Amino acid sequence: MTAEIGLAALWMAAALCMLQFIAGALATRSEGNDIGALTRPAAIVQGLLALTAFACLLWLFAITDLSVKLVATNSHSEKPMIYKLTGAWGNHEGSMLLWVAVMALSGAAIGALEKRLPERTIQAVLAAQGAVGVGFYAFLIGSSNPFERLPSPAAQGAGLNPLLQDWGLAFHPPTLYIGYVGLSVAFSFVVGALITRQVNPDFARAMRPWVLGAWVFLTLGIAAGSWWAYYELGWGGWWFWDPVENASLMPWLAATALLHSVTVLAARDALRTWTVMLGVVAFSMSMLGTFIVRSGVLTSVHSFAVDPERGVFILILLALYIGGALALFAWRASSIAEGKRFAVASRETALVFNNIMLCAILGVVLLGTLYPLMAEAAGDRVSIGPPYFNPVSAVFALPMFAVMAVGPILRWRQDSARRISKGVIVLAAVGVVTALAGALLSDAGILPILGLAFAAVIAVAAVMPLYGRKLSRTPMATWGMVLAHFGVAVALFGMASESGFSKETLAAVSAGESAQIGPYEVTLEGVEPLAGPNWTALEARLSASDGGDAVILRPQSRTFVQPVQTTTESALLNRWDGQLYAVLGQAAGDGRWQLRLWWKPFVAMIWYGSLLIALGGILAAVGHIRRSRRRKALEVRLAEQEADLLLVRRQEEAMA
Amino acid sequence: MNRWAFYIPLALFALFVGLAGYQLTQPKADEIPSRMVGKPLPAFELPPGRADGAPVTNAAFTDGQPRLLNIWATWCLPCIAEAPHLESLKEAGAPIVGIAIRDTQEDIAAFLAEHGDPYTGIAIDERSSVQLAIGSSGVPETFVIDGQGIIRHQHIGDIRERDVPLILEKLREAGE
Repeated sequence: MTAEIGLAALWMAAALCMLQFIAGALATRSEGNDIGALTRPAAIVQGLLALTAFACLLWLFAITDLSVKLVATNSHSEKPMIYKLTGAWGNHEGSMLLWVAVMALSGAAIGALEKRLPERTIQAVLAAQGAVGVGFYAFLIGSSNPFERLPSPAAQGAGLNPLLQDWGLAFHPPTLYIGYVGLSVAFSFVVGALITRQVNPDFARAMRPWVLGAWVFLTLGIAAGSWWAYYELGWGGWWFWDPVENASLMPWLAATALLHSVTVLAARDALRTWTVMLGVVAFSMSMLGTFIVRSGVLTSVHSFAVDPERGVFILILLALYIGGALALFAWRASSIAEGKRFAVASRETALVFNNIMLCAILGVVLLGTLYPLMAEAAGDRVSIGPPYFNPVSAVFALPMFAVMAVGPILRWRQDSARRISKGVIVLAAVGVVTALAGALLSDAGILPILGLAFAAVIAVAAVMPLYGRKLSRTPMATWGMVLAHFGVAVALFGMASESGFSKETLAAVSAGESAQIGPYEVTLEGVEPLAGPNWTALEARLSASDGGDAVILRPQSRTFVQPVQTTTESALLNRWDGQLYAVLGQAAGDGRWQLRLWWKPFVAMIWYGSLLIALGGILAAVGHIRRSRRRKALEVRLAEQEADLLLVRRQEEAMA
Repeated sequence: MNRWAFYIPLALFALFVGLAGYQLTQPKADEIPSRMVGKPLPAFELPPGRADGAPVTNAAFTDGQPRLLNIWATWCLPCIAEAPHLESLKEAGAPIVGIAIRDTQEDIAAFLAEHGDPYTGIAIDERSSVQLAIGSSGVPETFVIDGQGIIRHQHIGDIRERDVPLILEKLREAGE
C-alpha cells in the first residue's frame, strides 16, 4: 500500500507542477489577470506531496519491502538500518526522487517565504521552476518509477554495492544533489528576472541565499566524496580528475563565480549580464554533471550508475532547459540595462578578475573532461589526467589566489593603490619568505611550494579585512568571508604539503617484521579473520611507533557477501602534523603480506579547510538573511511612522 | 557589446548537445573484452623500462613465437598480487613482455627487486597511448599474442592462481 500511496503522491505532485508552470507562464503573458495567484499554493502543495512520496520510499527501504523492485534490487534484510535508509538514494530511481523532492521543497519555500520581489517576477520564477520540475517528473514516472512492484515478491534483496556502504558516501550524493537543486533555483530566479526584466539588486538579494546554500552543500558534497575516495578506494590519493569528480567540481566553480558576482550585483548594482550568464552556466554544469554520471558517455569509476537510455532522456532535458535559457539570454541580454560603473582599482575589478579566472579554470576542466568525447568522435582514444589538469588549472589558479588575497582589502567602486600598498607589501613579504623557506628546506616541486606560499599569503590576507574594525560590530557576512577565505588557505596548505612532502612505501612483511615510513616504524603483529554484519574480513594488526608509545592500526581487506565484492578498508592514524595511511594488500603466499604505507603531512587540512569554507558560506547566508529581515522590519517601521505623521498632520489641519 | 555575441554560448551549447547525442547513439567502445581481440597489435615503439633495456616495438611480436603481453604499473596494488602468478607463468615457459603504464625506470627497478622479475622485456607507456590502442581499460591486463602479432586472448584484472592454467592453454593454442 505504501508504494501505491507514494506513486499517487508523485503523480499529484507532477500535476501540480504542471499547473504551477502553466499558471506562472500565462501570468507573465498578460497584465492584470489573476491566474498567477495559483502558482504559490501549487508550489507549496507540490512540495508536501513530493516529500510524502520520498517518505514512502524511505519507509519501504526501512521495512525492506521485497515486493518493490527497487528495494529488492538494492537492499537486503541483513544490512544495518542506516544503510537500508541510505540505500533509498544509492540508486538511480531513488536518487532522482530525492532530487525531485528537494526541488519541490525549494519551490515550496519560495512560494511560502519570498516576499521581496515583485509578484510577477516570483510567478515567473515559479513557472521556470515548474518547467524544470515537469521534465524531471516525466523522467521519474516515465522511465525510472521507484515504486514499481515485482509480479511476486523476491525471496531476498540483492544488496547495495558494498563500496557504497559507507558513511562518507551515504551522504555524499544527497549533499551534492541539494547543491545541484539549489543551483536550479538560482537558474529559475535568473529566468524569471530575464522574462520580467527585473535584473537588479533586489533580484540579487533574493537569489543570494539560494546560491550560498547551494554552494555550501556542493562544497560539503565534494569534500565528502573526496574523503571517501581517499580512504575507501585505497589508492592514497584524494583527487583523481575522474570525469565524475570533475562533474561535481564544475558546478562548484561556476557557483563560486556566481556567488561573488551576485554579491557585486546586490551591493553595487554592477555585473548584471554577467550574473545572469553565470546563473545559467551554474545550472548547466549541474545538469551536465548528472548527464555524465548517468549516461556513461565517459568512462569513470562511477560507472555503477550508468544507463545510455537515461542518458538520452537527460540530454533532451538538458537541451530543452539550457538551450531555452541560453536562447532567452541571447534574446534579452542586450536589453538588460548596464549596471553601475567602477574604477580599475576597486573591489569590483578584483571580483571580476577572479570571476574570469574561475571561469577559465571551469573551461580547462570542461575541456579536459569532454576532450575524450571529442577525440573519440574523431576516431582517437585518449585519456586526460593530472599531467594536463594540474599545471593548466594552476596557470589560472595562481593569479586568482593573488587577487583573492588583495581583493577584500580594496574598497568598493574606487580605491587608490597607495592606500593598500602597506598591506600588499606585507602579503608579498609573507609569500616570498614562505616560498624561499620551502625551496631551501625541502625538495618539493615548484607547484607545491607555490601552493604553500599562497596558502600563507591567503591566510594572512583573509584576516586583514578585520584589521581596524570593531570585531563585535563586524557584520556576520564579513565573518563568513573571512572564514571561507581562511578555509581556502587551510585546504590549499593541505593540498600543497600532501603533494609536496608525502612519503610512500610498499613492503612485503611477515609477522614481526617492520617497515619504515616517514617518522614511523610500522610492525606487522599479525593478520586475523574477522566477521562483520554482512561481510568477512582479513584484518592486519600493525603497531606504529615514532619513538614514543606504539599505536595499533587495523587495516582490513573486506569481502562482502551480498553482492560478493572485496573492498579495502584503509587504516588511518591522525596526528596533528599528518596522517599515517595503511592498506593491507594480498598475501604473498610465503607468510608475507603486502602492505602499502603512506605518510601524508597535513593531509587532513584539505577537509578541515573545506569545512571552514562551508561554515563561512553558512555564516554569510545567515548574515544576509538576517540583514534583509532587519531591513524589511525597518522599512515597515518607517512606513508606520510616516503614516503616523500623516495622521498627526491631518489632525492638526482639522484642528486648524 | 555586439548583440550577436550573446548567441555564442547558445551556439557552443548546441555543438556540445550534437556531439554528446552522436556519442550516445554509438555502440560503447569501452565494453570489455577489447574489440582488438583477433586483430594485429597496433604499431608502436616504446622506450625501455630498464636502464639497460632496449625499446619495445610491435614488430618484436611477429617472430613466430607466441607471448604474453602484460599491462601493469608499479603504482597498482593488484599488480603486486599478480606478481607471484606471473612468476609461475614464467616458470611454465611463457615469455612475458611488460608494458608499464605511466611509470619510471627507477620505480620499475625497485618494484622488480621486491616482487620478482618475470619479464623478458619491459617498456614504458608514459601516456597510456598504447594501452588504449590495444583496448585495455585498466591495470593489470594480460593479452595473449600469437607468433604473427595477432591478439588472441585478453585477461582483465589481476591473474589469480586459478587463471594460470587457462592462460597457458590459450598461449599453447596461439602457438598452433
